[in-house]
Amino acid sequence: METKTIKTHHVPVRYFEGGKGEPLVFLHGAGGVTAEDPLLTKLAEKYHVYAPLLPGYGDSEECGELREMLDITLHTWDVVAALGLKDPILAGHSMGGMIAAEMAAIAPNDVSRLGLICPAGLWLDAHPIPDIFAMLPYELPAVLFHDVEAGTALMTAGVTLDDPEWLKGFLVQNARQMGMAGKILFPIPDRGLSQRLYRIKAKTLLIWGDNDRLIPPAYAHAWKKAIGGAELVSIPEAGHLMTLEKPGHVAAALAKLG
Amino acid sequence: MKFTWFNLMPWPYLPDDFREKHRSVWVDIDSRLFDPAKSHEVYNSYMDMLEYAGTLGFDGIGVNEHHQNGYGIMPSPNIIAAGLARRTTDVGLVVLGNSIALYNPPVRVAEEFAMLDCISGGRLVAGFPVGTSMDTNYCYGQIPALTREKYQEAHDLIRRAWSDPDPFAFNGRYNKLRHVNIWPRPIQDPPPIHIPGGGSVETYDFCIDNTYSYSYLSFSGYIRAKALLQGYWDRVAERNAPDESPYRAGFAQTICVADTDEEAERLYSEHVSYFYNRCLHVYGGFADAPGYRTIKTIQTGALSQYAPPIDGYGHLTWKDLTEQGHVIAGSPETVRQRMEELIKGLNVGNIFCLLHVGNMPMDKCMHSTKLFAEKVMPHLRDIFPDYKDDNRFWCKPLAKRVTPGSLPAEKEVAAMVGGKD
Repeated sequence: METKTIKTHHVPVRYFEGGKGEPLVFLHGAGGVTAEDPLLTKLAEKYHVYAPLLPGYGDSEECGELREMLDITLHTWDVVAALGLKDPILAGHSMGGMIAAEMAAIAPNDVSRLGLICPAGLWLDAHPIPDIFAMLPYELPAVLFHDVEAGTALMTAGVTLDDPEWLKGFLVQNARQMGMAGKILFPIPDRGLSQRLYRIKAKTLLIWGDNDRLIPPAYAHAWKKAIGGAELVSIPEAGHLMTLEKPGHVAAALAKLG
Repeated sequence: MKFTWFNLMPWPYLPDDFREKHRSVWVDIDSRLFDPAKSHEVYNSYMDMLEYAGTLGFDGIGVNEHHQNGYGIMPSPNIIAAGLARRTTDVGLVVLGNSIALYNPPVRVAEEFAMLDCISGGRLVAGFPVGTSMDTNYCYGQIPALTREKYQEAHDLIRRAWSDPDPFAFNGRYNKLRHVNIWPRPIQDPPPIHIPGGGSVETYDFCIDNTYSYSYLSFSGYIRAKALLQGYWDRVAERNAPDESPYRAGFAQTICVADTDEEAERLYSEHVSYFYNRCLHVYGGFADAPGYRTIKTIQTGALSQYAPPIDGYGHLTWKDLTEQGHVIAGSPETVRQRMEELIKGLNVGNIFCLLHVGNMPMDKCMHSTKLFAEKVMPHLRDIFPDYKDDNRFWCKPLAKRVTPGSLPAEKEVAAMVGGKD
């Protein structure tokens, strides 16, 4: 994947681009995404992949002008337009899935294929989503992965979580990235999307890990019910970060969108 | 010097195994540990202590705002301050403060502070904290990355609500108000404003630009505060502020006074230990919501003022706590020396004296407070003679104030209104 930058109205946007085929825009989750992301690599085998970073993610510029969900939804449409794309396959993971669904709801005639990978955006009182904003780094793997031990290794790349230098870097990166994510997800990841989902016209695919402990599969059914004709693909032995745990399965499932 | 007797109002009945059985004193503390019937006495004795301190020559008595917090059972400091306004006569009422971004709309703060100022005859010293991340983000649900912008807007709205004599429209991002026109208006124009800060340059500048006093309210004592306050004074110099008045800054310090150093340890160490071990047992995940502090502040290396030392407070002995300055304790002479070191070392004119500590009972608290007021405070009064007339950061009460409870006797009323009896 190549790392590039494109101008938008509010802020220059960093994105990763690679592969050949139909254009697919991938919107990352609260943890961000890198050029080496295994799912992007898999997707690039079949699609021309564009993976823009939200402002503040990775080394990209922050943007104080983006405050509310509407700002962020329209900004992401600005990114798609700046990339010169028209009706690309729109896919998103977790927070990115929430943004993708907002985009499809606000402009239903501009999205014909929508891939939502365990998206955030709904809230069920019977299944409260754990508060990732109130977790210490070492507590995250248990809610993010099916295989917690392997997941911890994936997350940290072997660094010990109490190393002070790592921790300082983590604090800065976390403040930039999760500070931005907080505008969408804090303190409850519900910005009213449930009352807009009926507008979506796209062929919609929901992909969910059977062992998602952050946004449990009960949400998959709520999404399926809210979007007419949506199809649900369950992935066994996968947690919320199945993009890292089972990239091949996720890519194969997305292929159903055509 | 301005000395404020400050009470955090800790819940004094946290169990011995609190640390082991509970993950946090704040945000998700077990509500079953709060006993409303017992709180009746706790609240009233704490208010009695504040009133008592008001009779001993302290310049102010102080209260603050925390939410869902086992060491601060004062979600509304204004309620406490209203009670104190009626039961005290001359002492400043230091409300440090109201977390202005949490009030909807923030004109509520403009109104309540105005009421307190009017009821007390101009004795209000106002505080405008951003609020801790625990209070503001985790308890009250404010989005961390927008908290500071919302705070700034609330500040601008309150200041204008106090000063603009005419109704005005306020088209803020977070507040849309067509008719702002508060009644009552504060006596002081405006009340002095203190801003608790945790080391961010933005807050230093905010205080310098508005002639507000910068307060550092940490629990880790004056030795560790040196770098942070030096940062402030460097900034004051860099910005060419007209003076370096020590009243531009304030500091909170835990203080315990007894007849001798040994006696201080014997009387107070268990209560100090209660405070550092149980009251400061805050779950790390609540210390600092991402986005709450600016990147610049994090990069300066200033850790959250609520982040405990890396290995926690739990292992610190009385000796560690007193030698490292977390607590200033001992005989009046020992305390005087160390307070002088603090005041001169940090160049602070406002001291928020934390003389009630943890689960300290009222008799011990009165003893320590009285010794401080009589045997320590008088010797520290004139440390900054050059600035003795600097009243910019303190309240200016009306010269002539009423005495609460001065209704005429019932039997005189009829005659006064011209009745027959």
